[in-house]
Amino acid sequence: MTVVERREIALVDLLDRLLAGGVVITGDVTLRIADVDLVRIDLNALISSVNAQVPSPFEIVEEAP
Amino acid sequence: MSGLRYVYALCRPLEAPLQAQLTGVAGAPAKPLHHHGLVAVVSEVPEQDFTEEALRAHLEDLDWLAATARAHQGVIDALTVVTTPLPLRLATVFRDDSGVRSMIESREEHFRRTLDRLTGRVEWGVKVYLESERAEESEAAEAAEERSAPKAASGRDYLRLRRQQTRASEDLWQRAETFATGLHERLAAFAEESRLHAPQNATLSGAAGRNVLNAAYLVPRDRSEEFVELVDRTKDDAPGLRVELTGPWAAYSFAGELPGEGGS
Repeated sequence: MTVVERREIALVDLLDRLLAGGVVITGDVTLRIADVDLVRIDLNALISSVNAQVPSPFEIVEEAP
Repeated sequence: MSGLRYVYALCRPLEAPLQAQLTGVAGAPAKPLHHHGLVAVVSEVPEQDFTEEALRAHLEDLDWLAATARAHQGVIDALTVVTTPLPLRLATVFRDDSGVRSMIESREEHFRRTLDRLTGRVEWGVKVYLESERAEESEAAEAAEERSAPKAASGRDYLRLRRQQTRASEDLWQRAETFATGLHERLAAFAEESRLHAPQNATLSGAAGRNVLNAAYLVPRDRSEEFVELVDRTKDDAPGLRVELTGPWAAYSFAGELPGEGGS
């Protein structure tokens, strides 16, 4: 087994933190986000956009059954 | 043009100034806004991009999301150099400075407590992957073959061999889970707090193998080296598995709420 330390931050790692972490502020002082549930911006939409764009930088991994 | 206020983080008053050219989301400079002994780090963003409707559309645009997330992270990174920031969720936007001030006032105590809890700590991310199952299977098959020497001489031997191979692949999952659970327990015991994130989708991450553990650990900055060594020592514990370490991060995964007892 190998332990890999990547220097460049992968977008998914960032999104794990920025969309699921961080202090959530809701209420009338914030503009909106209360209604836009970021966690629900399920990555499905993004995944399809990844596929539709350039798949080359992403290794295609076959789904295991 | 009317600008809205995008807030990146809350922190204590900075001891060193922010770097002069700290560019935030949408290209405007990020600046400190002092209020009640706390600092909100803020930049101006164009209203047309951050209304609820615009934001909803933007967030499904991977390029926009990536650029915004990286700009957000850039500001948090710069803050991490000079202080311990309490990061806010992506795209937290206020109408104007007075909105930011009243937000600070209404949560002052909470922010102070959370900042106390996080000061001097960083977050480390640890992921475990089950490496290419096909490669594993053939390895397992080879191993089974070796074990069952002499070679399958009869139909019965052949079937036995096949059974062993199937079992080997089931064992692999079992082993991955056992390994991930054990590793998480060890790391959580070392860390002050831990959080489990959902396993990452391989299509989006582009990472090889199946993600079986995706966790975050809150570790005092001055014990980080030990933590990294602890992760590093898992080497050779589990063939067929890969461990990835990311960080140090600002404590994104630990900023949400005050901890219950027991961390994870």
